[in-house]
Amino acid sequence: MRVVIAEDLFLLRDGLSRMLQAHGLEITSAVDNGADLLAAVAKDQPDVAIVDVRLPPTFTDEGIRAAVAARREMPGLPVLVLSQYVEQLYARELLASGSGGIGYLLKDRVFDSAQFVDAVRRVAGGGTAMDPEVIARLLARNTGNVSIGALSPREREVLALMAEGRSNVAIAQRLVITERAVAKHTASIFLKLDLQPSDDDNRRVLAVLAYLEG
Amino acid sequence: MTVTDSRPARRRPPLGIGSSLTAAYYGLGFAGLMLAEAGLVLVLLGWVLLGARTVASVPVGPGDGQKRELLILLFLGAGLAIARFLVLPVLLALRRLTGLTRRLAGEWCGVPIAESYLPPPADPATLHYTARLRWLLSDAATWRDLLWVAVNALVGWILAVASAALIVVGAVAFLVPVFSHAVPPPAFPGNTKPVLVILGCAMVATGVAAAPWLLRGYGLLAATILAPADKAELALRVRHLSQTRSEALDTGAAEIRRIERDLHDGAQARLVAMGMTLDAAGQIIDTNPDAARALLAEARDSSVKALAELRALVRGIHPPVLADRGLGDAIAALTLDTPLRIHLASDLYGRPPAPVESAAYFAVSELLANVSKHAEARETWVDIRHSDGMLRIGVTDNGRGGADPACGSGLRGIERRLASFDGILAISSPPGGPTAVTMEIPCELSLPKTSFS
Repeated sequence: MRVVIAEDLFLLRDGLSRMLQAHGLEITSAVDNGADLLAAVAKDQPDVAIVDVRLPPTFTDEGIRAAVAARREMPGLPVLVLSQYVEQLYARELLASGSGGIGYLLKDRVFDSAQFVDAVRRVAGGGTAMDPEVIARLLARNTGNVSIGALSPREREVLALMAEGRSNVAIAQRLVITERAVAKHTASIFLKLDLQPSDDDNRRVLAVLAYLEG
Repeated sequence: MTVTDSRPARRRPPLGIGSSLTAAYYGLGFAGLMLAEAGLVLVLLGWVLLGARTVASVPVGPGDGQKRELLILLFLGAGLAIARFLVLPVLLALRRLTGLTRRLAGEWCGVPIAESYLPPPADPATLHYTARLRWLLSDAATWRDLLWVAVNALVGWILAVASAALIVVGAVAFLVPVFSHAVPPPAFPGNTKPVLVILGCAMVATGVAAAPWLLRGYGLLAATILAPADKAELALRVRHLSQTRSEALDTGAAEIRRIERDLHDGAQARLVAMGMTLDAAGQIIDTNPDAARALLAEARDSSVKALAELRALVRGIHPPVLADRGLGDAIAALTLDTPLRIHLASDLYGRPPAPVESAAYFAVSELLANVSKHAEARETWVDIRHSDGMLRIGVTDNGRGGADPACGSGLRGIERRLASFDGILAISSPPGGPTAVTMEIPCELSLPKTSFS
């Protein structure tokens, strides 16, 4: 799998490259600003781009804008945005930035390399990887929602993991239950929230996110 | 509750028949206020008039001189005794009435007048009688109040009632007799019906046309007498600035202490613990790899928690979206994080200076927190605009109202922070709602930074 990294801090860029290489991914370019990212993406045609939110020259939200710009130039390019903090506003903008896998994770998630590489692969495969904190805040925002109040605690756990973009297999592993049990929970969730069930994992994620964003 | 800026702007009078009639009506309001003020001063001076009349009524004859002197002494004594009790309450009540005149001059005539009374040397309730009297009488503004009562009673009221009088007299005395015999026509040579109609219409028209200008003239008259002299206004400004500056410094220092404490108890402590855990893991890694692995996992958890705490701290100091995108998007991000139903209308073509932006953001954040805690509102509207060098933010909810700045320090805190920027906060929150909070901060916008996109 071919990866382009845009991260302005040398230590993080280097650590990230080494960690991904250790898991068998190929780093085609590692750049430190948004303009170089666009050039690298056009040249390397990678499977996924990993982008830090804060990049020179203004160190504000260049990463988000670079990601959106890259997807405009290369429709369907999977992008995983890393940040020191997560904002629902940015999560929405990334989700709305066109088709193709999208990820938005806290930098802390890099500490768990297995989970992180799993998220990178998921995004590269066209899936979604939303940070648990984004989901937690989305759920907190929906505290008054009667339908979500009707979910059992277990169903709410499944809902959160589903919204992060995890597949039934991953949810089953995470909660130490069988895949059949997960399928039962998801069916019940979709019924209670009045959502169209879908076999396509990613379409299911997007439906849940759209529902929570209300 | 409102806090007025000490240098408010004057507005032009609105034109139109409706507003002219309103202006005539307001004039009557001012006349009523004049009667109240004059009545108040007469309470104080009544004994002088009464005394003068009584003394004058004593017949002049042999032996009456002594009687007259006695009467003068009697009234002088009575007057002093009355003054002893009445001067203070009357002067203070007069302040309220002229205060109302100042406020209404701003609202009705478009001529806002600042108040510039000297602050009491200490809490007025604990002040000795003579000290309070000295405080009131040594204030030039007190004497301006009294001067205003005299001017208002002599000429001011004429400006105030002229247009209403023209309209009413023109209509009742000139026009009504043309159509009805209930009112006799005014007696003057040549009072035929056409003449009456022309005169009546002319009076009503003049009254209507002149009303806004007369009202404004009244406001300007009030301003020339009641507005603080330039020196007093400067003194007022200096007092306001030194007060808000010291408050701003206090808040800043308190904030830095809080950040230091949070870092010390939070992230710093966790990093120390992490270092010790890693050291312990290093010592046992050969003898007991399993326990070492557990310690390493613990160290990793500590680093995650330290990062989360630092994130929360940064959010409290300067929220990332505010730095990235400015006020509009930062508040949009804020609304995404609350369960409230918020309608946001943001119309800023540039960015206010960073300190203003930050103060405005935290003010809105606190107001929204108040709404979700107390208001039980179904919907909330946030409106952000900039015009005429003024950033205006309105936060309105359809909750249960009754918000009182006296009951919580939150609103007071916002008000104090805005005051450092000459900003003001106005709140209207009748019991039963709705609650509308408006903030205004004078500032200029800078054009958005163009950068990589």
